[in-house]
Amino acid sequence: MTSVWPRLEHLLPQVQKPARYIGCEDGAQAPDHGPGPVSWLLTYPDTYEVGLPNQGLQILYEILNERPDAAAERSYAPWSDLEALMRRDRVPLFSVDNHLAATDFDVIAFNLSAELVYTNVLNCIDLSGIAVRSLDRKDSDPLVAIGGHCAYNPEPLADFVDFVVLGDGEEVVGEITTVLAEWKRGGRGPGTREGVLRTLAGISGVYVPSMYEVSYDGPRIAEVAPRFADVPEQVEKRTVADLADWPYPKSQLVPLTEVVHDRLNVEVFRGCTRGCRFCQAGMITRPVRERPAEQVRSMITNGLKRTGYDEVALTSLSTADFSGIQQVIADTVSEPGCDQVSVALPSLRVDAFTVGIAAQIQRARRTGLTFAPEAGSWRMRQVINKMISEDDLFGAVESAYSQGWRRMKLYFLTGLPTETDPDTAGIAELATKCAELGRAHHGGAASVTVSVGGFVPKSNTPFQWFGQNTSAELNRKIGLIRDATRRNRAVKLKWHDPRATLIEGIASRGDRRIGAVIEYVWRRGGVFQEWSEHFNHDLWLEAMVACGLDVDWYVHRHREEDEILPWDHLSAGLHKDFLWQDWRDALDEVGLEDCRWTPCYDCGACTGYGVEHVVASATPPAGGSQGTGVAQSPTTGTAVSVEPRLVAGVAPS
Amino acid sequence: MRLRVEFTKFGKIRFTSHRDVARMWERAIRRAELPISYSEGFNPRPKMSFGLALSTCHQSDAEYIDLEIDPQQASTVAPDSVADLLTQHLPDGLEAVRVVEIDRKTPSLQQAVTSCTWQIDVIDTDEETAAAAVARALAAEELIMRRQRKGKDVVDDLRPQLINLEIIGPIITGPDISGPNEEGVRMVAELGTKPRSVRPSELLAALEPPLTEWRVTRLNQWITDDDGSRREPIPRQLSSSAPLGAT
Repeated sequence: MTSVWPRLEHLLPQVQKPARYIGCEDGAQAPDHGPGPVSWLLTYPDTYEVGLPNQGLQILYEILNERPDAAAERSYAPWSDLEALMRRDRVPLFSVDNHLAATDFDVIAFNLSAELVYTNVLNCIDLSGIAVRSLDRKDSDPLVAIGGHCAYNPEPLADFVDFVVLGDGEEVVGEITTVLAEWKRGGRGPGTREGVLRTLAGISGVYVPSMYEVSYDGPRIAEVAPRFADVPEQVEKRTVADLADWPYPKSQLVPLTEVVHDRLNVEVFRGCTRGCRFCQAGMITRPVRERPAEQVRSMITNGLKRTGYDEVALTSLSTADFSGIQQVIADTVSEPGCDQVSVALPSLRVDAFTVGIAAQIQRARRTGLTFAPEAGSWRMRQVINKMISEDDLFGAVESAYSQGWRRMKLYFLTGLPTETDPDTAGIAELATKCAELGRAHHGGAASVTVSVGGFVPKSNTPFQWFGQNTSAELNRKIGLIRDATRRNRAVKLKWHDPRATLIEGIASRGDRRIGAVIEYVWRRGGVFQEWSEHFNHDLWLEAMVACGLDVDWYVHRHREEDEILPWDHLSAGLHKDFLWQDWRDALDEVGLEDCRWTPCYDCGACTGYGVEHVVASATPPAGGSQGTGVAQSPTTGTAVSVEPRLVAGVAPS
Repeated sequence: MRLRVEFTKFGKIRFTSHRDVARMWERAIRRAELPISYSEGFNPRPKMSFGLALSTCHQSDAEYIDLEIDPQQASTVAPDSVADLLTQHLPDGLEAVRVVEIDRKTPSLQQAVTSCTWQIDVIDTDEETAAAAVARALAAEELIMRRQRKGKDVVDDLRPQLINLEIIGPIITGPDISGPNEEGVRMVAELGTKPRSVRPSELLAALEPPLTEWRVTRLNQWITDDDGSRREPIPRQLSSSAPLGAT
């Protein structure tokens, strides 16, 4: 085991942003490997700037390194300039901590948060110097693992990975380590690789694709069957019951070079039961588990002091729903020495209450606020169960403009189930009305930026049966919005490339046969596909043809109720009949309330795993009608006050 | 209160950029709880100013930064202890070596520094070839460098800013190059910074034949006084307790 640094160092002056490859972050560890500990190479298959802030990877990095029987280092996909030099000089994929070769590790574990990085996964495996297909790997090769949200449909990568982890990783990485440590103690003899994988398949939350046989009936899946009796028919996700037990990361990495989200990040809760039907994250991370407010406060205070950051983000899927939000923010901004600290709330609900919170934390810089109404009409928002009334939106926007913000950013999806042209046109109408509200306050300085993304149906959601819109249809819909906003100088329109949406759709609900497509694209240089300068739409379509697969069948086709979906043997806890009922409710334009504050409707996420919501407040937060059952704020109302006297009303009792 | 800090940059951290280093200083100052002044306005920034940017990949024995201390808390700051305090909070590879108080009217580093001394190690050449290239450069009337500026080709003459250039002798490159260690040559150059800072890589490209850079270290930054004598931004013999500046 030797460092590749001497071979890497002289390449770095020849590449862009060499600081991506040096490690040296505050919080970085240089663990001893030795013969005993199980060594993990935690890899983010995108650039360092995108991958370093990933909280999941940092949490596992710390948890593993705290164990005496494990050692964890990190790796990121090298940019194409360095990759070319590495291939020329035969420098393998390396860790940025001790700069060890990837093959010095027992496990190479990838965090997957988007489909377009799949070809990068193959590239990183190949750069490691091992076979990309798991069946071709030798006994001595590292095991290749994946986790993260995309792992809920890992089938397109099934032929390339040895095992998959579903759900929260905090506990299961330890259980996997114990099995692998035993295997190492036994000498990892020839022929034992399959045996250890079979043992791993017995751990709850671990899926070993090679232990399952997929048979087809024409294009459809006939059966996904375990190859052995001791391999479970259905793999269940892992859920940590209480975030209070996992105050990680304790020493968030502070990079030496600029990265995205370059700030302290504190996760205030995990899971979301708002029930937005398009949102895979909200479906697969249930139930809601809040971190105790006291722990959030100490993580903020200690984190700022240790890192020297002047910004903290309170992260979750909908941070304004955190029971302790007002108290935590009030405490943070009044902390001595924190007068220069700004607080970011990356995922905000749309209502005036939220604007009030934003007003409290952005005392100085009131440049822009972002809201995600997601759909342009009330009917459409009932279908997707994002129950934001126009009063909520206009109340929020009016309140924001009246308190000094000048730029609003509104996120929308198009190509949603049952979407009609009036629904699409509603996006432009909402934006136009918001711009008018802004003009009343700031004249020509007010602006509204509308970001429109094409909807990609995801596994384990009520919309998993929906046939995605074609690129042509998405282009037409974006055209409708463009035509309706073109003359309005206060409205700026941005959209996600519908061709990329199409390719995401291929991988999102693909089966094992899509693996050949991913390999085809990778072998022809199609890496960094989520980067517009590298994205190669035509290469993907060429690969589909070459593999004899039909884009229409995989992407645009509505699935049927009795159809076996490629991920049906993998469970996020949600009953399939719950998801189907929710899909029918969507088509009937029936919304579903948030079960945090209303009776359980048995989706399965709690009951199946013996866990429940961990929420400090039994009442929904003030303001907004979004599934809370609480009266919405009046259209013309100004921001809900967030003076301390009101805090008691919603603080945990 | 204004402090001038001399610091060094060595090791893996040399692959970070000038802007990266600026962010490291901001964080280190907050962590050290050094009471720095902040700019007014909507986006208050700590009042600190750097000297000439060091190119990414180059290391340095002579970097400087000026810090403006909040006047109301200046009495709590002992310049003698600031270097150790900052080093403790800076990442490995950045080390604050000396700190002195400077007068409010002291010209900024950007304005004051007139030249830098560089140690330039080159490879893929031998001492004889390098010495000939150096002699040709020193004897030349002009040293032409072509570069792109705002999309246009610009021709610059580097010769007026080549103050000194000499060969130190042969070197063996360190253990951090692939394969067998290579032979190289060490040179020392003094390059002017006015009106525009000449970079060691530009000098190497303008030599005949051009030489291949291996490792570049900034050894000194110089301020030339009106009488033509030169001194460093913090003279080496100066102890940190003696104020320096226009008084």
